[in-house]
Amino acid sequence: MLTLIIIKLITCIAVFAISLGVAAYATLWERKFSALLQDRVGPDRAGPKGLLQPLADGGKMFFKEEIIPNVSNKFLFILGPSLFMLTALMTGSVIPWGKDFTTAGGSIISFQITDINIGVLYLLGVVSIGVYGIMIGGWASNNKYALLGAIRSSSQMISYEIAMGISVIALVITAGGTLSLREIVGQQDAGYANIVYQPLGFLIFFVCALAETNRAPFDLPECEAELVGGYHTEYSSMKLGLFLFAEYINMFISSAVMSAFYFGGYNFPFAQELYNAIGLQEGSIWISLIGFGAFFTKIIIFICVFMWIRWTLPRFRYDQLMNLGWKILLPLSLLNLAITIGVEFLRGNLQL
Amino acid sequence: MKLTNRSKVVSNKEQSLSERMYLPGIAKGMLITASHLFKRRATVKYPDELRPIAAVFRGQHILKRDENGAERCTACGLCAVACPAEAITMESAERKKGEEGLYREEKYAKTYEINMLRCIFCGLCEEACPKEAIFLTDRMVATEFEREDFIYGKDKLVEKVDKRIDVTKRQTIEVAEFKKIPGLKHNELWQGKLKK
Repeated sequence: MLTLIIIKLITCIAVFAISLGVAAYATLWERKFSALLQDRVGPDRAGPKGLLQPLADGGKMFFKEEIIPNVSNKFLFILGPSLFMLTALMTGSVIPWGKDFTTAGGSIISFQITDINIGVLYLLGVVSIGVYGIMIGGWASNNKYALLGAIRSSSQMISYEIAMGISVIALVITAGGTLSLREIVGQQDAGYANIVYQPLGFLIFFVCALAETNRAPFDLPECEAELVGGYHTEYSSMKLGLFLFAEYINMFISSAVMSAFYFGGYNFPFAQELYNAIGLQEGSIWISLIGFGAFFTKIIIFICVFMWIRWTLPRFRYDQLMNLGWKILLPLSLLNLAITIGVEFLRGNLQL
Repeated sequence: MKLTNRSKVVSNKEQSLSERMYLPGIAKGMLITASHLFKRRATVKYPDELRPIAAVFRGQHILKRDENGAERCTACGLCAVACPAEAITMESAERKKGEEGLYREEKYAKTYEINMLRCIFCGLCEEACPKEAIFLTDRMVATEFEREDFIYGKDKLVEKVDKRIDVTKRQTIEVAEFKKIPGLKHNELWQGKLKK
């Protein structure tokens, strides 16, 4: 029992550290990548090749003056960013980062904090709690820009969550009716990745993930041109840092979810052949680590695509955003669901 | 009249299906940004690397000393007259006995100021100078926080005796030709053939 607790504690800390580390370096890579796309050099002063830039940014955030507006609700003002950060970090707990491995003692250790059988529901639920962070923060600021940003954010997230949820239902049906992330990833082990069965579903999920993470072209909640800073207008110091940072953690987690759902997670083509060629036994830690590496490669590619899109596309207008969400993505996801049900019914995987 | 081939006629027609789907347009845009990944960076990492400048670059001025270390400027004011930006002011004074090593001729500039914020670095002062006293160099004018600090006095402008600055590149062909004319006292002084 004690060993189990220790192992889970270590996994928790590892996931926490990896999320924060990836998010920190995503902020650097965002700046670097945008520079590359714009024929610039990007940050290269802090440390070798600018690699200490995230530390410098974080240090700056900590040492900035912390301002809490007089007229704001102090408790909610602090709760906002904390909640946003908390939900961002919580989502990492159900993602299977690698295959289980067996220790010399014979106990099985998994690369996952917890495998709950409603993992997908948990993910959607926690992600939608994230809206509260923004809403509370924006409302408690007692600032019209912040309030407008918060309202935009909540309406955007709620609209896109519907299409996202329906595309996930279609995925769950293809995956054989399981809501556990470990099983969804596991069933892609033998056959093709789910993207082959759910290309439209993936597209919808991807667009919704962009909207859920408030990334461009759906970054209306914090659109500088109209709303000063959106929901974080009144925030300063590390509370602002938490908001900005949580966005990158969200990006990391949604990349992880997308690669787990549609691109086979830690599986990769010809994995078994590779393991046989090297001579790795089933249950070896090396298999887990190689799978973890493959998973991470996919995540990083997704993060790059997120950034690539951000630095390519202009922001949607608000009515365009709502049109896209309700008039295009929602019917499309319903169509996708109908087709999926039909096909699965014909294949005999579904009973009346 | 058509002025350019790049102009496009604006139209208000409805978007086509592919345009309304966004995706082809998005793919096109993303390919454009991706192509910029492989383009040359325009950045010059300034303090580490300097942009190449011309041999006759016109930067911060210098008031030259002659080969004996005496200031060449006689405060004739021709540079101030020539200056289109009216950046130069000076006050003249008479050389006293015993100051022959300091000032080349009987009259010298007691104060000599150039306002670097007014100066347009055209080089007309240099052209006007009959005594080869003022030259523009390849040095940049440093940045300052106060406007007053940009008014350079003699302390910043006059060449240091032990730290001579080479201005041969800035000397015009006419000057170079003139210096070759033999028999002139000025030239022999310059060439070091004649002792004072």
